[in-house]
Amino acid sequence: MLDTPPPASASPGPDPTDPAALAARYGLTVSGARPSLPAYVRQLWARRHFVTAFATAKLTAQYSQAKLGQVWQVATPLLNAAVYYFVFGVLMGTSHGVPDYVPFLVTGVFVWTFTQSSIMAGTRAISGSLGLVRALHFPRAALPVSYALQQLQQLLFSMVALVVILLGFGVPVGPSWLLAVPALTLQFVFNAGVAMVVARIGAKTPDIAQLMPFVLRTWMYASGVMWSLDRVLGDHGDMPRVVLLALECNPAAVYIDLMRFALIDTFHGGQLPHHVWALAAGWALLAGVGGFIWFWQAEETYGRG
Amino acid sequence: MAEQSMTGGGSGAAGRVPTVVADRVDVVYRVNGTGAGRGSATAALNRILRGKKAERAAGVRTVHAVRSVSFTAYRGEAIGLIGTNGSGKSTLLKAVAGLLPVERGRICTDGQPSLLGVNAALMNDLTGERNVYLGGLAMGMSREEVRARYQDIVDFSGINEKGDFITLPMRTYSSGMAARLRFSIAAAKDHDVLMIDEALATGDRSFQKRSEARIRELRKSAGTVFLVSHNNKSIRDTCDRVLWLERGELRMDGPTTEVLKEYEAFTGGGRKAP
Repeated sequence: MLDTPPPASASPGPDPTDPAALAARYGLTVSGARPSLPAYVRQLWARRHFVTAFATAKLTAQYSQAKLGQVWQVATPLLNAAVYYFVFGVLMGTSHGVPDYVPFLVTGVFVWTFTQSSIMAGTRAISGSLGLVRALHFPRAALPVSYALQQLQQLLFSMVALVVILLGFGVPVGPSWLLAVPALTLQFVFNAGVAMVVARIGAKTPDIAQLMPFVLRTWMYASGVMWSLDRVLGDHGDMPRVVLLALECNPAAVYIDLMRFALIDTFHGGQLPHHVWALAAGWALLAGVGGFIWFWQAEETYGRG
Repeated sequence: MAEQSMTGGGSGAAGRVPTVVADRVDVVYRVNGTGAGRGSATAALNRILRGKKAERAAGVRTVHAVRSVSFTAYRGEAIGLIGTNGSGKSTLLKAVAGLLPVERGRICTDGQPSLLGVNAALMNDLTGERNVYLGGLAMGMSREEVRARYQDIVDFSGINEKGDFITLPMRTYSSGMAARLRFSIAAAKDHDVLMIDEALATGDRSFQKRSEARIRELRKSAGTVFLVSHNNKSIRDTCDRVLWLERGELRMDGPTTEVLKEYEAFTGGGRKAP
């Protein structure tokens, strides 16, 4: 015997059952509605294994088509550093005035690359994973966080290369190296937050992926990745003090200089802006919490269209 | 409980629990860049700068894909969606899954409906094995659960019948293989509402048999299954109720045999039925 469904006529008039009341009586929820913020956090936490597994899978898949395979994990950052050294160290001679220029440069490039690629990956976090987004339900914030985590894993490979370079240039190992851990943690929170911001923008306006490289390049040159902000801009008498301070307090410069301070003995605390740890934590909190809430506010719109 | 005495029919009607309630649902698509000035940079800029007012001028067209559709689906039902191409079947499923916003009306569901399409693989550059793990984890299974069900999922999909394909990236799969693996991953979990968009049509005959059996299992574990298909036979084999959509409107809603008879007469004397 078949269950005969009610003749669901499209005419709303004589229907004795009110669908809304029926839905309410059985506790049905509106489809595609956004969960509350605490519920969203719980859902995301429940998917933490997905976040890590996704990041690791993407990282290993990245070089799966290359013959050298995972060797590129370390070779790519080394080549990157070599190019910058050739351009800025050898051709332009920016190094004068900066002690331990090569460790200074390589640290800057690696730490900057972490932020840069997290943001670039963030722009495509939703739009590039539409197959997953449209097929399965999970809190979408898992994607940008996962992409940022992938870049963190990538950076850890780079750090291996970095340690080799540092030791090769005779930078002594010291207890201050431990400071790299809190610095990286704060930077990761910051990156994940910004990745969520650009992921929301990128989901609605994919054009941002075209625009972002220019923004990021400007940001890179303004953050003292290849030179010491103090020495280059401080020498200009006409540069207002406020501009220099703003450049030094921008998040990328803060995280880069913290890492240099942690790893390179000739980089002194005097070269850091005041209250640098408070700044680093503040940027991380602002981007992390703000980005998360902003991303959550559009949760129900991702993957549509 | 008026509606349940009204339905009168099946056994245990009083215990029927609704899982999806669609209340006069309208879905409208907006398409950019049509009409006059299409594609030109100035038209696009104009649209951005002037906002909504310029939408019509810049040629944003609306497509009314689903018009005032109402139905209630109950736990344990398997519902087929039929209709000619472009009649709004897939759109309606996407709206039920919460992947498309409704223009008017409301869709309420019990839990989170899962939509299973055939066209997109999960992550093309990852191996099938990774996709099984990621898919399971994304659906909210724990690592242990995925590990425990891994072999079942792979066996069910039949990916390894012709060699060790599960360790190859998904981009190397044929479309049928990818669709089968996706179905196997999604079907590994008990869903409150599972919606399948033509998935059964892509697999070979032996896979179709297996998935029909799995759909029956899912229904026993108190879920609701929606199935979009142009294959009237697979609808007849798996569904006991059919919604017929035509031009976005719900033309008929009733037991499979009745609706299919009308539909086959409409499309030309059952030529679609094999």
